Amino acid sequence: MTAAPTSSGERRPGELTFLELLRWGWRQLTSMRTALVLLLLLALAAVPGSVVPQEGVDALNASQWKEDHPTLAPIYERLGLFDVYSSPWFAAIYLLLMISLVGCIIPRTRVYWRALRAQPPAAPRNLTRLPDSASYVTDESPGVVLERARAALRRRRYRIRPSSEPSSGPSSEPAGVVDDAVSAERGYLREAGNLLFHLSLLVVLAGFAAGSLLGYQGGVILVQGHTFGNTLTQYDDFAPGGAFRTDQLDDFCFAIDDFDVEWLDSGPNQGMARGFAADMRYSAPCPRGGLGEAAEPDRYDLRVNHPLSIGDTELFLIGHGYAPVVTVRDGNGDVAYSGPTVFLPQDQNFLSFGVIKVPDALPQQLGFDGLLYPTYVGIDQDGDGVTDPTNVMGDLRNPLLTMRVLTGDLGMDTGASQSVYVLDQAGLEPVVDGEGKPARLDLSVGETATLPDGLGTVTFEGIERWQRLQISQTPGKLVALGGVVLALVGLLGSLFVRPRRIWVRAVRTEDGTLVHVAALDRSGSSDLEQVPSDALENLLTDLKEKP
Amino acid sequence: MTDADWGTLSNQAVAAAGVVYFLALLSHLVEWSALSGRKRAAAQVASGGTAAAGGSTLVATGPEPEPENQRVALFGRLGVLLTGLAAAVHLLSLVSRGMAADPNRVPWSNMYEFTTAGTFVVALLYLVLYRRLALAWMAPVVVGIVVSLLMVAVIWLYEPVGPLAESLNSPWLVIHVVSAIIATGAFTLGGITSLFYLLRLRRTSKGAPDRGVWARIPGLERLDALSYRIHAFAFPVWTFAVLITGPIWAHQAWSRYWNWDPKEVWAFITWVVYAAYLHARTTAGWKGRNAAILALVGTATLWFNFIGVNYFTSSQHSYAAPAESVVDVVRRT
Repeated sequence: MTAAPTSSGERRPGELTFLELLRWGWRQLTSMRTALVLLLLLALAAVPGSVVPQEGVDALNASQWKEDHPTLAPIYERLGLFDVYSSPWFAAIYLLLMISLVGCIIPRTRVYWRALRAQPPAAPRNLTRLPDSASYVTDESPGVVLERARAALRRRRYRIRPSSEPSSGPSSEPAGVVDDAVSAERGYLREAGNLLFHLSLLVVLAGFAAGSLLGYQGGVILVQGHTFGNTLTQYDDFAPGGAFRTDQLDDFCFAIDDFDVEWLDSGPNQGMARGFAADMRYSAPCPRGGLGEAAEPDRYDLRVNHPLSIGDTELFLIGHGYAPVVTVRDGNGDVAYSGPTVFLPQDQNFLSFGVIKVPDALPQQLGFDGLLYPTYVGIDQDGDGVTDPTNVMGDLRNPLLTMRVLTGDLGMDTGASQSVYVLDQAGLEPVVDGEGKPARLDLSVGETATLPDGLGTVTFEGIERWQRLQISQTPGKLVALGGVVLALVGLLGSLFVRPRRIWVRAVRTEDGTLVHVAALDRSGSSDLEQVPSDALENLLTDLKEKP
Repeated sequence: MTDADWGTLSNQAVAAAGVVYFLALLSHLVEWSALSGRKRAAAQVASGGTAAAGGSTLVATGPEPEPENQRVALFGRLGVLLTGLAAAVHLLSLVSRGMAADPNRVPWSNMYEFTTAGTFVVALLYLVLYRRLALAWMAPVVVGIVVSLLMVAVIWLYEPVGPLAESLNSPWLVIHVVSAIIATGAFTLGGITSLFYLLRLRRTSKGAPDRGVWARIPGLERLDALSYRIHAFAFPVWTFAVLITGPIWAHQAWSRYWNWDPKEVWAFITWVVYAAYLHARTTAGWKGRNAAILALVGTATLWFNFIGVNYFTSSQHSYAAPAESVVDVVRRT
């Protein structure tokens, strides 16, 4: 196995050819020490992703963080700290680790393959030198003892070295030496488990990679009763993998007809929502004329922890909230806006914030922003004699909509994308009331307010619900799961199967037959020594027991 | 009994368990101080004697009955008995906590309950393995850790009994959390063993004699083997909890089986560190001291993940506050 001598004679010692360098590098990379360092690096490299908000995990939080840290953000951005788990340096670590793993596994597999087909080694000359050994004297003949040892070891599923017949081999060795001992070995599955564990990690990685390359994650907020058809334009947010193709989208459409929430009226968690469920109607494939055309739509009870699978796609109920229905009449008395507007919950009691944009209002565009209190109570909390608006719980017990009114240019004609949850206030001015204070609308359901300066009227018609659904395809998830399960099976084998060799030798002496028994634990984990000696004890009991 | 009664019972039982654990701790400390009070030669006789004594505590173990030896045996056994009693009361508090909720549920759905359940598993595993692995030497440390964590739970983490948050309402709550808690308990015991390994290594390198308490603590090789044995049990359980049941549940509840959520990240880090420990034990230059240090790093990441992550980072696993899923997406037109 030494490196072939190269043609150049004047090599200094320690100088390596390119090939030797490669081989040296490979050996370093696949050494256990390097693997250990890489493992620790991997653990260390995973830490920043739990401290710095990640774009792939919590995009809003990440952009918030960037705004708050204007000097650090560009540096972090360059280091990939907002997307640690797909950054090149993180990938470098785990890819090196995988290469190191493969480099370690392949030669070991070869060795194991050979060991599998080999016979247990012949008994060492002096069995009493092994750490676990015992001997006794019996009046039975060596042949009987060895035969019983073979039977006992076979019962314990040891592989036994075939006894060489005295006639078969060349008789240069003394006949007694060849045949006076039984060699047995068991626990081959430990190394198999070890190899399986490491190979399965590759399977997991492949499954994980398939999911992030070929899959997608989409989200939609859908007002109850409205229909969602599964096309790209219907999604509010859509994060496809690098190799995602649009024709992967399954053909279906659905609507949520009813939504149940159970609110706790008493107890320490009063006001908390428990158990929500969406009564869903869906059809796959979606009929040409829409969901309404479906003769027999399917129904599903969509809940948290109870997703719906349609084809390769899965639908998850993630959240819910309120959409106040507001009708705005402009200065001309024409309906400029009417319909439900999604408000986003700000806390667990569903105090919700939202904006209403009325670009069609005349003479000027109108914008509203404000809060929806599902259960409004006016309480003087700080004792200053002024009632503070308070939201008591998330159920609609006494809903109140309170909004600011702005007028001017909504900035929607520039063509730039704009969040529907934020007013672009650059071209807007707050409308003031008769006393010169900013106008404020406080509306209960059914009430209408008249805007100052003849700008029109606003009617709070009612409240509809919306649900947020996550819609995704995760190809390779079963591959990954199968990989982890196999890894666990392999792990159990590599930790708990004990490879062991046992030798029994019986020699005729003057006092009778002298029997030596020795065991060798080969698990290599220097575990408690108790176990091989237990195996030895058991075998001895079996041997001494005459039929 | 009404739900409120069960809740009161649970709180009282936790307090009672804490007191009894504390008494057990005192008893073991008396045992240790008695150990360090006697001479080295006598110590060797007694440590053989106490292990074999089993049945009767008051029977003298050595040829010459020494009052110190008797005190060691008596308080050692008293400590274990008290720990057993405390664990029983501890279990009662867990059961009544589950009964106090409407509808009844498993008693591990927020940080207070995770911690009380986790400490119970530490105590239970210690008691179950007490004889089999001859764990008498780690008694004061285990009981000390249990009583401290229980205090942390009651003082800082306490929350009134409530129904399950919607995302927790799943059979995986039993499988995932129980396996995670069992692994946590076992890793904690393994960490204690590795800590003693390092302490003993320092003593050995300084050439300090095995006097007093140290006469009772196992030798380096045995500590290392014991630590390995405990970790070899805990690691597959942790793999099952974190890499199998966790992702399955996450996929059902949140649509992504692995989302690099801080809790997932730290569970992964813990897994990698313990994987490194298992490799280090068989690698030249790493076995022994470095492996034991890795085991302690693993324990640190484990407990940081268990308690710390919920407070220092925003995580979907944040059960520190009873949060509903608040939607915070930005929709673009």
